[in-house]
Amino acid sequence: MKAYIRSSACISAQNTFGKQPFLQDIVEYTGTRLKTIEPDYKQYIDPKQIRRMSHVIKMGVAAAKECLAMGNTEMPGAIITGTAFGCMEDTITFLTRIVEEHEELLPPTAFIQSTHNTVAAQIALMLKCHGYNNTFVHKGMSFESALFDAIMLLKEQDADNILVGGTEEMVDISFIVLTRLGLYKRFPVSNLSLFGTESKGTIGGEGAVFFLLTDKPSTDNLAELTAVKTLYNPKSIEVSIEAFLKDSSVDIADVDLVITGKNGDTNNDKIYKNLEQSLFKDTAIANYKHLCGEYPTSSSFGLWVAANIIKTGEVPAVVAQNKVNNKAPKKVLFYNHYQSKYHSLMLVSSI
Amino acid sequence: MSTDSTVYIAGVGVISAIGNNVVEHLAAFKDEKAGMAGITLLDTIHKDKLPVAEVKLTNEELIEITGLREHNSRTALLSLAAAQEALADAGIPNFKTLRTGFISANTVGGMDRSEDFFVEFLADNSKGKLKNIYDHECGSMTETVADKIGISDFITTISTACSSSANAIFYGARLIRNDVLDVVVAGGADALTKFTLNGFNTLMILDEAFCKPFDENRKGLNLGEGAGYVVLVSDKIAKTLNKPLYCKLSGYNNSNDAYHQTASSPDGTGSYMAMQGALKKSGLQPSDISYINLHGTGTPNNDSAEGTAVKRVFDPVYPPMSSTKSFTGHTLGASGGVEAVFSALAIKHKIIYPNLRFETRMNELSFEPEKKFLTDKPVNHVMSNSFGFGGNCTSLIFSAV
Repeated sequence: MKAYIRSSACISAQNTFGKQPFLQDIVEYTGTRLKTIEPDYKQYIDPKQIRRMSHVIKMGVAAAKECLAMGNTEMPGAIITGTAFGCMEDTITFLTRIVEEHEELLPPTAFIQSTHNTVAAQIALMLKCHGYNNTFVHKGMSFESALFDAIMLLKEQDADNILVGGTEEMVDISFIVLTRLGLYKRFPVSNLSLFGTESKGTIGGEGAVFFLLTDKPSTDNLAELTAVKTLYNPKSIEVSIEAFLKDSSVDIADVDLVITGKNGDTNNDKIYKNLEQSLFKDTAIANYKHLCGEYPTSSSFGLWVAANIIKTGEVPAVVAQNKVNNKAPKKVLFYNHYQSKYHSLMLVSSI
Repeated sequence: MSTDSTVYIAGVGVISAIGNNVVEHLAAFKDEKAGMAGITLLDTIHKDKLPVAEVKLTNEELIEITGLREHNSRTALLSLAAAQEALADAGIPNFKTLRTGFISANTVGGMDRSEDFFVEFLADNSKGKLKNIYDHECGSMTETVADKIGISDFITTISTACSSSANAIFYGARLIRNDVLDVVVAGGADALTKFTLNGFNTLMILDEAFCKPFDENRKGLNLGEGAGYVVLVSDKIAKTLNKPLYCKLSGYNNSNDAYHQTASSPDGTGSYMAMQGALKKSGLQPSDISYINLHGTGTPNNDSAEGTAVKRVFDPVYPPMSSTKSFTGHTLGASGGVEAVFSALAIKHKIIYPNLRFETRMNELSFEPEKKFLTDKPVNHVMSNSFGFGGNCTSLIFSAV
């Protein structure tokens, strides 16, 4: 069984949504937080509902619907999402009211929409999709867990045309808290020079990226999702990557491009830099977090980049770290780690 | 897939308002003793108005039992207590050499600590102890417990409201069936928080008295807290064990009601599809089911939708059924795990649990839940229902081996 990415839709801090040239019109930001560029939600959601929806719900529903449209699919066989923080805006709204109103006369809407499965549920509700519906909420592995579930479902022949997405919203309060926790740089930085500051901390981000997965080959498919693996505290990441490639009968020399989760934090990026001296020594490297910011499901943006590189046959200059061979990449390895504990690997191949 | 893809349950562990371990639960069921009482753990204005089903241990006592040095949330403490019991119960030889996973579920992560943080933080955004917010994420609960029980090959967290841990169990089983893992500890945990108590209160679905699931005069649910885990093993591992298996997971299905964010459809579409799907997966007929552990929250809406769906699947012959939430309250993200443990115990001990406080049959139904604790009942196949907000409906079927 092979898993293919039939289509994808991406809401991010860049011009990535809808029919646009692939990462050509790049937006530069200065600061430590990247906000998404908002699509015209009215095209996807009833205006009456838009008003009640938090940012992550709107992003998730719009990206899911656009992904289905791009894949010429009306009804997915399953809907699976990944989100570490879930519906932050509604959670904070309800929590604030509990404190400020001393638990009295609270409106229920924020609570109702605060559960982590709200995005997957709202998509199901709008589509009247009764199929398998799941939500993974495991830190930087949330999206990968969802993807892994989708691949198993395809193997089990229990569903086809599986809609899988990673969603995360950054609200002011979570940005303040995460800044206090030391995740972000203490000075404003241009996202386009994120990798050159040699300093601690990264820049925060948010986004919603959906994929439609199928086991049916088609020339319309974007790419093949050859393999996905998640690792927790592996003894040696280099050995783990080699084993991962070997499972797909691929040698590192066969990999045309490695996309890494480098985020501009010196501590975080040490792991990638070590690999660039060893396993990835002769491989072209690309990075993406300067475009979307760091967030727990940003690997979904990374997969979107990988799939589009395979489809277009071009590595956009803005993601290329070093000199990239002009020939169209056939095999792209994605490697990301989340706070040095969680590591994810994806192998994306041409169809 | 491996040649024999059967997934067995080799160990169980549970903590809830009616007991801190399996033995205490069996005693409480026999004595028909419910766990609901007044609120003691939370500082809330609802203290003397709403009964809840609290685990009868303080955080300090849970720290002592579990051996955690400090805690990042009561949810992690409850989770660890039950997961440790399950793993010890399974007694798997050479556990460290096997491919192991921990798939856990919860709905609000470290919210109990975040609530403390928020009071100070709202007054001044530079205040509030960061250690109280550091583990807010649902995944932190899972990670803490996985580290303590020595599992690192595969860990993840599922959150689909009140069906969360039923989904964790069947994701775990699929990881074994797909030959990714040999052993999976799966289930879920949730501690009581002001967030969920106030949330359910705004929806006006909390009963001010002890809940009466499936009763015509039911008024709503009582919130509970707890954790429940099963140890799932492959056929190959099952053969190496020195004690009898509890049962196997023979069927599962996850369907979405796609009707409303919080309410169930009147004809119980999602519940019906979940039950039918699980039966189909197991290759069983409705008449094969010996007992249904109902979702049975006690809210007018859930019990009406679930009852209608049960009727559509089982009419005219109904197996015994009950809602054990009449004992434990609704433990939310833990409920599917807690009730999976009860399902396994029903098969092992040949028992059927009573539905406490049931008096009047629902008008629209031609059946009613079991009122007495039944012993010496051959229980071959148990269906366990877990339905949640967002239309997430999951049914599991456990079968004797």
